[in-house]
Amino acid sequence: MPLDSAIKAINLTKRYGPILAVDHINFDVKYGEVFGFLGPNGAGKTTTIKMLTTVTRPTEGTALVNGYDIVKQPAKVRESIGVVPQEYTSDEDLTGWENLMLIASLYGIPKKEAKERAVELLNLVELSHAADRKVETYSGGMRRRLEIAMGLINKPKILFLDEPTLGLDAQTRAAIWSYVYRLKEQLGTTIFVTTHYLEEADQYCDRIAIIDHGKILAMGTPRDLKESIGGDVVSIQVAGNPESAVKVLQSVDGLSDVRVVEGYVRFKVKDGSRAAPVIFDILSKAGVRVMSISIKEPSMDEVFMEYTGHSLREEWGSREEAMAMRRIINTARR
Amino acid sequence: MSNPLHGLWALTDRELKKWYKAPVVLIVTLIQPIVWLAFFGKSMNMTSIFTNGSVNIPGLNIPKQVIDQIAQAYLKSTFGTTDYFSFLAASMVAQITFFTAMNSGMSIVWDRRLGVLGKLLTTPVPRGSIIMGKVLNSVIRSLAQATIVLLIAVLLGMKFNTKLTPLEFALSIIGVYAALTLLSLGFSSLYLTLALRSTNWQSQMAIINLLNMPLMFASNSFYPIKMMPWWLRPVAYVNPLTYVNDVTRGLLLGVSSFSVPMDFLYLTIFAVVFSAIGIVLSWRFLSEA
Repeated sequence: MPLDSAIKAINLTKRYGPILAVDHINFDVKYGEVFGFLGPNGAGKTTTIKMLTTVTRPTEGTALVNGYDIVKQPAKVRESIGVVPQEYTSDEDLTGWENLMLIASLYGIPKKEAKERAVELLNLVELSHAADRKVETYSGGMRRRLEIAMGLINKPKILFLDEPTLGLDAQTRAAIWSYVYRLKEQLGTTIFVTTHYLEEADQYCDRIAIIDHGKILAMGTPRDLKESIGGDVVSIQVAGNPESAVKVLQSVDGLSDVRVVEGYVRFKVKDGSRAAPVIFDILSKAGVRVMSISIKEPSMDEVFMEYTGHSLREEWGSREEAMAMRRIINTARR
Repeated sequence: MSNPLHGLWALTDRELKKWYKAPVVLIVTLIQPIVWLAFFGKSMNMTSIFTNGSVNIPGLNIPKQVIDQIAQAYLKSTFGTTDYFSFLAASMVAQITFFTAMNSGMSIVWDRRLGVLGKLLTTPVPRGSIIMGKVLNSVIRSLAQATIVLLIAVLLGMKFNTKLTPLEFALSIIGVYAALTLLSLGFSSLYLTLALRSTNWQSQMAIINLLNMPLMFASNSFYPIKMMPWWLRPVAYVNPLTYVNDVTRGLLLGVSSFSVPMDFLYLTIFAVVFSAIGIVLSWRFLSEA
């Protein structure tokens, strides 16, 4: 059966008592892409991952993961995915190596093959030197890398990462993302990742879904999302009266919100760097001399604000999540 | 997916590693039965109460020999043997198995809190294996610890049935291990099932402490059931500890209140029922987090 979607969610819903944690969401993830779920804590990101990875059963709807139904064929789903949960899940009393071998056994991987893969993966995440140390001696970044290696032991087609950079410092965060990127490039792994860091979603995801209060509010490439709110912001400094330039530009197609702001002519346009030369020509023909042009892409912050009506603040959704966070921070500090 | 037992053994081995790599844990778990044996067993020793004292009742001039004879007869009729220390020591192997089983419930609470359980649930390993791995670990630990307790008991003066031939003795030991295995299967499954949904280790500790002493005293561990008040006897009769103690005493001391085959029948039912409940509920409850 040829498949076009690595993940296909169909009216996926989870209800906890009166609370709709995930509210009839639909989305497709293509094979080989990095798909980001962006939203504040408590938005339903982790619940979605738990359903897709068969840890929690959906209240309503379902999803196909690697072509298998998460409700009807959970065992098949589990075999084809790798999961890196939000919390650290390795056994602290065991060494990194032992943890990898344990998880390998649970996937039924023969010992010889498991050993080869463990060596490879420890290399990939640069933990070979610490393989025989107990996990309790690892730093936060090391633990996260081990978790990623554990998530990859069964050569999954699809890797789920739940807040892979939560509680880590900026440098470690960048390193984690570089591993993720390598996976995509070298192994062609499809990656489903949740995050509440706007810059990370913007920088590393091929496509993003913005989720809030259990609903998907917008979906697309970071570029599409930014353009969807009116495109880049272009500011032009002209010689002479800016109002005359405004008059000229107001009749140009594709520009919106043209006005004078602090002596600059400002407007929004899709793909500002391509539009700039055209605008320059139009203004020159109308006899307006351009002194300078600056083009600014809207940030994901603005995109998020546009769709959710609030900015993405650090607010803790549930006690559970707060506890998980505290554990991670405690471990990361050691 | 290859052999499903593969995952089960990996999970059991994971738990065992924590134990044999940390001798402190092993030593600490042995302390309690050793305290019972060495402190309680050696001091509160019924045999010495009745035979070592020089009782002299004014007005009656009873020869010591007669008093001793009477004491021996009373001991024999109460405990089935004149050697109270061996009577107590035989119950300690069941005791340590029981304690180990109780603590196995804690490990699933920790696994949940530390996120390990969440990870295990995303792997294709059968849910029942997650529970049974812990149960098996508990069984193996218990047998190893019971062996140590038995050796210490012998050093402290426990005496086996002298009529046993070496072969019979070996078979008796195997029988005792079989009974302990059944006890451990049942109790570990029970405590793990109680802990399936729990995230709170304190409430789990409370459950352990709630059941620990009452189950110990409501069994024939320290005294025979016939010494109990009528309202306590029914508890002792359903308490699996009673039956394991009966097996141990029957096989090693030659003192049995019921019959050993009946004991095994009861223990087998206990083990099968609670293991089955544990496996069924783990499929049902581990998933819906």
